[in-house]
Order: sequence, then C-alpha cells, then structure tokens
Amino acid sequence: MFTEEHKLFRTGLRDFLDREVMPNIDQWEEEQRMPKDLWPKFGEMGYFGLNYPEKYGGIDADFLYSVIFMEEISKCESGGFMILPAVQQYMASPYINKHGSEFLKEKYLTKVISGEWIACIGISEPGAGSDVANIQTKAIKEGDHYVVNGSKTFITNGVYGDFVVAVVKTDPEAGAAGVSLLVIDLNSEGITKNKLKKLGWHASDTAELHFDNVKVPVENIVGDEGQGFYYLMGGLQTERLVGSIAGYASCEWAIGYTLQYMSERQAFGRSINKFQVLRHRMAQLISEVEANKQFVLHCARQHEAGEYIVKECSMAKLLSSELAEKVMTQCLQSFGGYGFMEDYKMARAYRDCRVGTIGGGSSEIMREIIAKMVIDDTSYQRAGSVSSTPKTKPVEAKKTETNINTNDKKTVMSFEAIESAIKEKAAAAKPLGNSLKFNFGEQNVMLDGTGDANVVTVNDATEAQCTVDVAMEDLTSMLKGDLNPMNAFMSGKIKVKGDMSVAMKLGTIMG
Amino acid sequence: MSTYFTEEHNQFRQSLRDFLNKEVVPNVDEWEKIGNPPRDIWKKFGDMGYFGLRFPEKYGGLNLDFFYDVILLEELSKINSAGTSAAIGAHTYLSLSHLNNEGSEEQKEKYLKPGIAGDLFGCLAISEPGGGSDVASMRTTAVKDGDEWIINGSKTFITNGVLSDYLIISAKTEPELKQAGISMFVIDRNTTGLSATKLDKLGWRASDTAEMAFSDMRVPANALLGEENQGFYYIMQQFALERITLAIGGVAGSEYALEYGLNYMREREAFGRPLTKFQELRHRVAQLAAEIEQQKQFVYHLCQRFTDNEYIVKEAAMAKLLATQLSDKVTFEVVQFLGGYGYMEDYQASRMWRDSRLGQIGGGTSEIMKEIIAKMAIDEVKY
Repeated sequence: MFTEEHKLFRTGLRDFLDREVMPNIDQWEEEQRMPKDLWPKFGEMGYFGLNYPEKYGGIDADFLYSVIFMEEISKCESGGFMILPAVQQYMASPYINKHGSEFLKEKYLTKVISGEWIACIGISEPGAGSDVANIQTKAIKEGDHYVVNGSKTFITNGVYGDFVVAVVKTDPEAGAAGVSLLVIDLNSEGITKNKLKKLGWHASDTAELHFDNVKVPVENIVGDEGQGFYYLMGGLQTERLVGSIAGYASCEWAIGYTLQYMSERQAFGRSINKFQVLRHRMAQLISEVEANKQFVLHCARQHEAGEYIVKECSMAKLLSSELAEKVMTQCLQSFGGYGFMEDYKMARAYRDCRVGTIGGGSSEIMREIIAKMVIDDTSYQRAGSVSSTPKTKPVEAKKTETNINTNDKKTVMSFEAIESAIKEKAAAAKPLGNSLKFNFGEQNVMLDGTGDANVVTVNDATEAQCTVDVAMEDLTSMLKGDLNPMNAFMSGKIKVKGDMSVAMKLGTIMG
Repeated sequence: MSTYFTEEHNQFRQSLRDFLNKEVVPNVDEWEKIGNPPRDIWKKFGDMGYFGLRFPEKYGGLNLDFFYDVILLEELSKINSAGTSAAIGAHTYLSLSHLNNEGSEEQKEKYLKPGIAGDLFGCLAISEPGGGSDVASMRTTAVKDGDEWIINGSKTFITNGVLSDYLIISAKTEPELKQAGISMFVIDRNTTGLSATKLDKLGWRASDTAEMAFSDMRVPANALLGEENQGFYYIMQQFALERITLAIGGVAGSEYALEYGLNYMREREAFGRPLTKFQELRHRVAQLAAEIEQQKQFVYHLCQRFTDNEYIVKEAAMAKLLATQLSDKVTFEVVQFLGGYGYMEDYQASRMWRDSRLGQIGGGTSEIMKEIIAKMAIDEVKY
C-alpha cells in the first residue's frame, strides 16, 4: 500500500522530527507550550500542506502521506505535541480549503501551510459540545461585519494560535440551519483567553475563549451562512479518521517501548518478556492494534477515494481511542513502579491517551451515530455543492502543472546556468559520498561525490548510484530555493531511479 | 465501494444463497437433531462446484480466486448451523487441501476428483487424546512392513470422523525424530483395524465428531501422502488457511448473529416501545457493529494478502484469535438481547452461542494463537 516514495517521505519526516522535536519534548511538556518558530520549519518542509492545493503552497499529495504524517507525529512521546499539527492541518483549516472563499484561502490557508499562523477550531462551548445545533455563540451581521458574542471552550491552540474557525449562530432562532463558520483573528479586540489546566496533553495549549462584541469582517464567513452544520458534519469525518490514526500509531509506539523495556528488565532471574502471562497479554494487544490499524487504513483508502464514510469513521475513532486506553493501561503495568514515574514515557502516554475517547465527539456520541446508522438505517449525505464532487485528482493534469509553485518566477535557467549553479552548490557542500545524476532527457549533469570533493561533469554516460529525472524548470526552482526537494519528490516532479537514499541527500546539496 | 468483490463475486454469492436457502436452511433443525447432514447433501454441493472453487480444472475444480471461498465461508456461516458448516468446511478446506497440495496423481484421481464432485467426502485427523496443538507429542505410529504400513494409535475431535469415506491422518514414521518424523496418509473408511466412535458435544451438533482408534491397521505403501517425514511441514503449511477460514467464519457468524438480534429488538416491545429505542441497548449494538466491521476489514485485508501469496503466519493467528473472541462476545450479547427467548431453542440465538464456543478451541486454541504471536512479535521468531 505504501510506495517507495511514501517510505522515503517517512524517513525524511522521521529525521526531521528526531532533530527538531524529540530533543525538546520534555521541555515543552514542562513549559506547557511550544515555541512559535518551530512551525515555519514544518511549513518549509511542506508538512502542513500535504493535503492542500499547490496553488496555496500545498503539495496535494495523496492521503497516505497524511497517514504517514499522523503516524509519525503520534510517535513523538507527547500527545500534546501531536495535536497541534493535527488541528492545524486536519481539523481547523480544511473548512477554509473546502468551503472558503478565494480571499480566505489567500489570507489564511497560505499562512497555515507555511506555518506562519496557527489555526484552531472552535466548536465546543461551556454548555454544548457535540450538540452543535444548540450552540449559543452569536454572530450578528451589522453592515460590513459580524458582531460576535459568546464563549468557546476546550480549544486546542486557542491561547497561542492566530485564528479560530468558530462555529457561530448567524441566525440564533434557526437551530442547526442557523449555524455558520466564521474565521476570527485571535488578536481581535474583545477576545479574552483563559488557558486551561489539563490532565494530560501538557505541551499543548487549550483555551477558553470569550467573545465580547468582537467585530469580524463579513468576508470572513466560510462558505454560505447557515451551512456550518453541514460543513462540520463532513469535516468531522476527517477529524475522526485522523484521530484514529493517532490512536493506533500511539499504541504501536507504546508496544514497541514496552517490549524494549520487557526485554531488559529482569525478575526472578530472567527477563520479564519470558513470563507467559505478560507475553500473552502483549500478544493480545498486538493483535488488536494490528486489526485496528488495518481497519483505519481501509477507512483512509475509502476517504482517499472520495467516499463519505460517516459510519466507518465513527467506528474507527471509537475503537482506536478505546484501544489506546487499554493498551496504555496494560503497557504501563509491565513497567511496574517505573510506569508511575515520569522518568519513563509510559506515564505521559497513559494520561495523554485519556482524551481520545472524549475529544472529537465522545465514545458515547460515536455510538449514537453508529446506532442511528445501524439500527435506524439513517444515512448522512455529504454537505453542500462545493464538496459533493469526490476528491479525485487527475494525475495527468498534475504532471503538466510543473511550475505552479513558482508562478511568479517563471524564468528557466539554461543548461549551462544549471550546470554552474550545481557546481557552485556542490563546491559548498560536503562530499556526498555517492554519485548522483540529474537527468533532463537529452542532457544530464553528474555529481560524483565518492572522492574527497564533489566533482561535477556534464552529459556523462557512466551510471550513477542514483539518477533523478527532473524538468529544468523544476530544478531551477529548487536551485533558487523556491521548491523544496522533498515537496518536488512527493508531487512527482522528480523521479528517482537507483539508490533512493542518495536522493535523500538532495536537500544538503540544495542547501 | 467494495475493494475485494466484483460483480461476478456478487452474482456467485446470490446463487449460493439461493442454493443454501433451498437445500440447507429448511433442513438444519433436523440435521442438528440427527447429528449430521444427510449423505445426499455432499453430491448437491459437489454438483454446484462449491468444493472445488480454488482447485485446478483438471480435477473438476473451478480455479477461482480465493474470494469465492471467502463468500462460501461467509454464507455457510449464515445458515444457523455451524455444525453443518463445519462438516462442509472440514471436507474441502482440510481434507481436500492436503490432497491437492501433497497428493500424488493417483491419489488426486482417486480422492480429490470425487471429493470435488461430492461423490466422496473426507476428514483430517491430527489431534489425539494426549496432544492437540502439541503435534510433536503425537503417539500414533506407522511402521513399514514390506509393501505396507502398520498403523497404531488413536485420534480425537475429528469432524466427519465417523461418516467420511476417507481419512487424512498423521502418524509418526520415525518417532525418535519427534515432529520431524511425522508423515501423512490417506486411508479408506473400510480399512480393517479402523474404528470410530461418535462424540457428544456442547454445540456443532449437525456435524459428526469422532474419536477413532487404529489397531494394527494395514494400509498399502501408496497410502503415504507426499513424502515420508514431511507431515509436520504439511500440517504447518495448512494452518494459515485453516485459521483464515475460522476467522472468516467468526466474523460472518457475528454479523449474522447481530442482524438476528437486531431484527428481534425491532419487533420486541418493552415499556411501550421497541427494544431498539433503549439507549443502553443501542450503544451495545453500536459497539458490536463497530468491532465486527473492524474485524471484517482486517480479515479481508488478510485474505487479499493470502491471495497474493504473502507470508501471513502471524496475522492469520491474530485474525483467528480476535474473530473467534469477537464471535463469543457477540453471540453472548445476542442471547442477552433476546432475554428469556435467547435461552429457548425456539429461537436461533441459543444455538449461535453454543456453536460459537468452539471457535476459540478448534484449529489451535486462543492460547496457542497467543503463543505464536508472542514468539513472532516478542522473540522475532520466523516460521
């Protein structure tokens, strides 16, 4: 199911997380916030635009890249860390991408993708969570703006984030039909934020937000007034699917972490992974995680194919979050007293998973939805005309749009200019340790870094360890720093033949 | 969208359902009473080609992909008689599989061909009173005597063991080699020295289950199936298939049971409204429906990998473990949904529940599945 490209993406992502995230997690958990300058690094790598159109700086990769992204950020020993990028890309901004105006996309979506701005989604209120039709926050139109009054709570990223996609009533009398989505800047006058203390997810900020006569321009409405409820019903499927990925991936992490401990810890003269009761317990958990994973991946494939899978997403979210509870509890047990100590990561995993069966619709709400569909044969239709077209991406069309990331910098370097640019970069970089060829069809540039220095030759007939097929305009963008090699790779702009690991070093050459 | 089933598969399922509704479903209550399906049912299945879905055309098979078998197993799990399904399943998935994989041309002509046609049916006898999954402790022996083998020992818990026309059995040909000294044989029912006794069971009542004894049973040299001393390997090779079939049955049986329970709940009223309106029951149904859907997709995924000839020993054990556990949970709950009627034989729930119980025992117990998974996942053993 995962191709070589997917695997390479995972390796690159893992390296990035090991470098930029893992060494700092404990500190962020302690400080209960993460530094703002971390996120543009994610943006630069394309990690916030996996699912978004190239037009706004996204990569428009298939959903499996998102699966990989979610899996890996769920294996960073901190649910609080995981949830920020998850909300940013999959829970808050999709509404803008799917239903928002060009104005909103240009203004907000581009900043989400670049990591400059952090997004949050404001659904729950002190008096209403999943009961969306019953929300009380009002947005009343007055001339060219809405006046917003009310409160939101349990808002992830709400304290340090930049804007919220808020669920408001534009027609307070109308029930579900009066619900709209409104993009509100969090530095607007009239907003007060209260940082909430939580059982877990310590690295993440969670806010209670109060809106007191907050003025929001009318162009900040997402899609049509009164359609918010339907937009939400669609968006929540993605949210639940993504939550399910986090569920099984965190279980996989916990099982790996626990098996490692069990192989080292001795009791009664042997390592504790030799005790049958513990072995069988782990075997049961491993099996359940594998089954859940395959189910969630099945849902991900359906989602990618453009199917509207309300029942399956609810089932997946229900099962994976409940499984995580079970897995964390039982894994922690294998650590004995150390499981209770903060020196090991099980304690954090245990408290972090607790929100899984609550957030994004509680287990009880999931069972309500499933019961309606299974027992009463209720079916849910996809919202609005905007989203009714299945998300199918014409592959051929994509290949021809090679210059979309660089639409204002259309100049293509000549072959000679490319040659000298590569020579310049190669001279500045450390010896590659391998040979790498850029192939433009008729012509090629070969970089041999197997010796003491990177030697650049042109139209070399010898085979390189790795050959990269690339269009000259795309390589131009890469050389100018307008196109990240990883993004180019994922969007099919470069094709790698031979040793994939050599292609991974493209980043170092491009500087 | 179905990822796995084509229009042809769906048509096959429909005609299979029609067949089962005509030939099987109206009769299972009687078969449960008499303790086995009647002789003529084998021929009817054979005529429809159901025994030979995946076998070569040369022997009367249809050479179809494995998802036709998935459909057969699913539909057989929805006839409300796991005993009947077990009788059919043991013949094709246990006995015929060994013949197809290890049999000589002569054996295939003699047993596989008529087996597929439904003229003969068979059983597979591995477990013994003193050892089930612990195959190495097998005590039955086969000693060469000129052109013959002399077999002594006993077998137990053998589905179709009383009535089948032929038997595939395992015996030690070199006991000192332990499991590496096991060989397989195919034996005719009328062989002198063979006796079989029918066992009385908790469930699976429409299938005959035997304890059998071999007393100086003489069989010809060509009764040996495959190569001498390769039996353990042959048995192991079949386990993945056997476990997958049990996992498919576990899921489909659960699906059938929940649907049955739900139909009852829609009609049954309490305190002035149908049971389907009570939130507590609704949530239990929702939980079970979710677990069944998850397990079903896991098993389908595995069937695909099996079709693609991938190595799935660990995953097959996982699927068998989880699907049979789930089936026990679902059928237990369905009895509960039916209340007092769940305990009565007038309704189907009681049979579903007792029939499900064997799932966690047969084909390697849940404990054995966990041993395998633990060895592969913790000790990184490969089989």
